[in-house]
Amino acid sequence: MDHASRLERILRGIAIAAMVLFFMFPIFWILLMSFQTNETILRNPPSMAFAPTLSNYAALLTGRLDTAAGTLDIDFMQNLKNSVILSVFSVAVALLLGVPAAYAFARHKFRGSEDIAFTLLSFRFAPPLLVVLPLALYFQDIGLADTYIGLIWVYQLICLPLILWIVRGYFEDISPDVEYAYRIAGHSWFATFRRIALPLAGPGIAAAGLLAFIFAWNNFVFALVLGSADKQPVTVGALAFVTASGIQYGQIAAAVVLSIAPTLALAIYAQRYLVEGLSLGAVKG
Amino acid sequence: MNEPLLVLERVDKVYDPDSAHPVRAVQGLDMRVHAGEIVALLGSSGCGKTSTLRMIAGFEEVTAGSIRLKGREIHRLAPARRGVAMAFEGYSLYPPLTVRENIAFALKSARLKREEVDRRVREIAHLLEIEDILERYPSSISGGQQQRASLGRALIRHADLHLLDEPMGQLEPQLRALLRGRIKHHVKERGLTAILVTHDQTEANALADRIAVMEGGVLQQFATPAALKEAPANLFTGTFIGEPPMNVFAAEARGGSGRLRLRLDHGSELDYPEDAFEAGVRARMLECRRIVLGVRPHAVSVAAEGHAGPLRARVTANQWLGDQTHIAAEFAGGLLVAVEHHRAAVRPGETIGIAFAADDLHVFDAESGAALSHGGRAA
Repeated sequence: MDHASRLERILRGIAIAAMVLFFMFPIFWILLMSFQTNETILRNPPSMAFAPTLSNYAALLTGRLDTAAGTLDIDFMQNLKNSVILSVFSVAVALLLGVPAAYAFARHKFRGSEDIAFTLLSFRFAPPLLVVLPLALYFQDIGLADTYIGLIWVYQLICLPLILWIVRGYFEDISPDVEYAYRIAGHSWFATFRRIALPLAGPGIAAAGLLAFIFAWNNFVFALVLGSADKQPVTVGALAFVTASGIQYGQIAAAVVLSIAPTLALAIYAQRYLVEGLSLGAVKG
Repeated sequence: MNEPLLVLERVDKVYDPDSAHPVRAVQGLDMRVHAGEIVALLGSSGCGKTSTLRMIAGFEEVTAGSIRLKGREIHRLAPARRGVAMAFEGYSLYPPLTVRENIAFALKSARLKREEVDRRVREIAHLLEIEDILERYPSSISGGQQQRASLGRALIRHADLHLLDEPMGQLEPQLRALLRGRIKHHVKERGLTAILVTHDQTEANALADRIAVMEGGVLQQFATPAALKEAPANLFTGTFIGEPPMNVFAAEARGGSGRLRLRLDHGSELDYPEDAFEAGVRARMLECRRIVLGVRPHAVSVAAEGHAGPLRARVTANQWLGDQTHIAAEFAGGLLVAVEHHRAAVRPGETIGIAFAADDLHVFDAESGAALSHGGRAA
């Protein structure tokens, strides 16, 4: 880096600025939209000059949307709550099941272990629509349709493979001898798992959990088909703003800002783990 | 019960037994280690010595056979319940703990008093010269320091059996020499029993009471260092033990008129009086169609042409190592190495006379590799 000439540094700066602009502009624009009314949003040509309004956020928080065609009840805060419930519990369940499974796959090569691990990974290859329609029928029959439990179960398709594969790589990076050294000093394998393997794989587990949380939060199609309005997360809830009298761009923008805020905050907070965890664990050859 | 402390009985280890190419790492291993003994498992890479150690520790399953420690069958027990301590070749220190904590955690489960733990950590750190790094973390110390910390973690325990896997591979030569003495003293003083795995003969000779030489998963010989050198049980042990290695020549024996003639493959002939070999040995040598003669480099007498004996060799190299001369020469279609304890004047290209005393001759059956005689006496 020190050897870079002045010109190189300037060019590099421009390139980075262009990248940042490219990726950040939509977020910036959404943020601007969330403070505008539909009239100013739909101006042509678009302009950055407007009188900011908090009416969009107010409508979301109070759950009452006043449109030209009349008043509409929306339950956005319920959607937000659903997002939190679904994402948190999905990740919790996936960690509870996935981390011990990842340890088993990393440490014990048994007959068919690779096949089982790969089958779990293959769930992520399948397009969600492939499974969601048959699941909708089954869920109707067994009473899991439109329940948190049913959704959390289906969300395992997203979270479990992710956690299993990232954390497995992380466990594989820990020398088994470190665990043997602990076991031979008089500790059971479970104590070794808890006191040695888990803490050493901690950053990887955190990274995998965070990534799974983001994927779960952003999921759309499972909740759209398998849940009704009172169980649906924000991604689906935002559809409510596409009303008979027009699309409420301002409210959609405000909803998007509110819904990305938690994951964004989480990602920024855990950025270090995320980069470290992903580059150390999952990319092992 | 006067059983030895550790008994391995017909122990087999097969990796991937169901695959097309199962790996037989250890085969039919029988070994007895007595309390208070230091035993070295010596061999080249892949000879099965580390697999053996890990089976005793409980990190590898025993495919067949049994392992008993203090009369208890341990080969099905969890490592925690076997009563063994181990130092790992890869150090395997626990990264979030300091060196002190790493060494002490081996004791914590024993519920000792804090002062007692501190005292023993200090003692072992002093022994291994790591007092100054006790508060450091494993990632910030060198490989040699990590190795000593790992060794300390094993030696601090009073286990029934201490297993040391290449315990000094990463240390500098001077430190290695110093620690060998100290570790041996520590183990002997406390009456501990230790098995160490090494590929370094010097280390095995210096530390061990008995050495188990392994090759291809099979125990070749289990004896004291002196016995290994003086009476190798087979051709493998003979050529493996000793530095530089033993010179070997294929030969045929012929008797008659009070002499025993050993005809080497390339025409030279060694001629000894019959009574230099015991009668039984003579009979076996004549009975075996092909034999292999072995002579240690130190036992080869070298002299200017025409003096030392009727055998001729052409010198190819002469290296003075500061305290001994290594002379390499072409002999009987192969290479012969002789060691002289003074500075020899011979130059490459010169012809020298060499001789082997019957007392220094090791004779092996060429077919089985089994030793027939050492210095004329039956093996």
